[in-house]
Amino acid sequence: MFVELNNLLNTTPDRAEQGKLTLLCDAKTDGSFLVHHFLSFYLKANCKVCFVALIQSFSHYSIVGQKLGVSLTMARERGQLVFLEGLKSAVDVVFQAQKEPQPLQFLREANAGNLKPLFEFVREALKPVDSGEARWTYPVLLVDDLSVLLSLGMGAVAVLDFIHYCRATVCWELKGNMVVLVHDSGDAEDEENDILLNGLSHQSHLILRAEGLATGFCRDVHGQLRILWRRPSQSTAQRDQSFTYQYKIQDKSVSFFAKGMSPAVL
Amino acid sequence: MTPSEGARAGTGRELEMLDSLLALGGLVLLRDSVEWEGRSLLKALVKKSALCGEQVHILGCEVSEEEFREGFDSDINNRLVYHDFFRDPLNWSKTEEAFPGGPLGALRAMCKRTDPAPVTIALDSLSWLLLRLPCTTLCQALHAVSHQDSCPGDSSPVGKVSVLGLLHEELHGPGPVGVLSSLAQTEVTLGGTMGHASAHILCRRPRQRPTDQTQWFSILPDFSLDLQQGPSVESQPYSDPHIPLVDPTTHLTFNLHLSKKEREARDSLTLPFQFSSEKQQALLRPRPDQATSHIFYEPDAYDDLDQEDPDDDLDI
Repeated sequence: MFVELNNLLNTTPDRAEQGKLTLLCDAKTDGSFLVHHFLSFYLKANCKVCFVALIQSFSHYSIVGQKLGVSLTMARERGQLVFLEGLKSAVDVVFQAQKEPQPLQFLREANAGNLKPLFEFVREALKPVDSGEARWTYPVLLVDDLSVLLSLGMGAVAVLDFIHYCRATVCWELKGNMVVLVHDSGDAEDEENDILLNGLSHQSHLILRAEGLATGFCRDVHGQLRILWRRPSQSTAQRDQSFTYQYKIQDKSVSFFAKGMSPAVL
Repeated sequence: MTPSEGARAGTGRELEMLDSLLALGGLVLLRDSVEWEGRSLLKALVKKSALCGEQVHILGCEVSEEEFREGFDSDINNRLVYHDFFRDPLNWSKTEEAFPGGPLGALRAMCKRTDPAPVTIALDSLSWLLLRLPCTTLCQALHAVSHQDSCPGDSSPVGKVSVLGLLHEELHGPGPVGVLSSLAQTEVTLGGTMGHASAHILCRRPRQRPTDQTQWFSILPDFSLDLQQGPSVESQPYSDPHIPLVDPTTHLTFNLHLSKKEREARDSLTLPFQFSSEKQQALLRPRPDQATSHIFYEPDAYDDLDQEDPDDDLDI
């Protein structure tokens, strides 16, 4: 959890809003630092987190999580974190015939039309347990990332349907939050990815867009972050707000500053 | 005063825009983008129709019913008939709660009504339907719904139908958007600049030229419309009146200015290669004391003095 980013978003783990969809996208740079931020943020907020991790292994997230002050292993053991390790699960699905339907079942089927098994995995992971006392505050779904589902053969509409059902269940029914990462292909004209990105943008409450600098690589400024709030719930007279900051990623934190105000050049 | 008359007796300009959008009937296409969202305008139009006493049906696919109804007071909410396709649009839960036939079935069912009262149908959103249904099927259904009132030879007269469709422009190619645009009687494209929203309204009245106008507006928390003048032309986005203008030549180590005498001397200077009339006269009439020029040539040992002119053989 990056404290400076919390300040920019005007939120803390104790008083985060519920029922929101946050869209992370990156263009010409790596936006995965945002995923690590939200993972540690929601674990510190004592939420039940379902993490659909399709890109990296559990140990990768665990190592970064330790730098940010959360232990994914312990969270998984005490039931706070449900982790779908996409890389391992994909190998199991493809090379071994499983009896029960797997979340990534679409890899095995020639004409998989939808991501219903994956949705059912998420719903099962986050459904409230009737154990009497409420251990966790609210459920959170984290997906890293959705663009890889397009590469694996799902259509953009199928991924949008999956997110729609997740939104209906996690955000509306269970009053939880969702954070998903989509890559922006930018100049490479990927129509399916554009449909996915624009479709999700229309449904999101908060869009965080990490972009590389237009002038190229820089040692002191790693990129710029655009923050766009949409659909403010309190008053519709307030127009959607947008801010831009530049950032530098350090070992255990990320520092943000206004454009052109990097400490290296002042 | 009937409720519809009371609703229209508000400030004339404020109701003009919503009135003109709803007056024609047929399909009203609201084109929005990520930056300039259109759901608030859709809700403002829904509220206006409800206040005018019309029956309002909502096909809700993109947001939950609670979120759509948020901001409406109870008498408007009581007039809205909400068809919820948000919770389980594709029937994944395998219960038969959902309307059989999905959103398309619900839309087609509205074609078969026999009520003479005017009705407004709001599609939230048309983009959701367009991504999941074939374009031709959707257009046929839209045409059938929005043109019910103009069928000749029908025994029961059906009231005016307005279909409000919210379309997210970036999601579709120019083909489907063009087809929907040609089906629409009224097309509203949302945009804006510097925090002010604008609507570009294109009306196609039957047997008349299409009219278009741009209207600046903002939507208040209770979903009524506030028309505005638009941003003034002089306000530039980058000028900041609080930063004083600084003269950059004040602290230089060299002199950039000319004194009056220096300026005069500079202006009276003639340039060496400028061909003025004095120079022309001097060249045409050489002065008598100016001798003709000589060339002094000292040949050295290796020179070949050939008196023959190498150009002799040229036949000029």
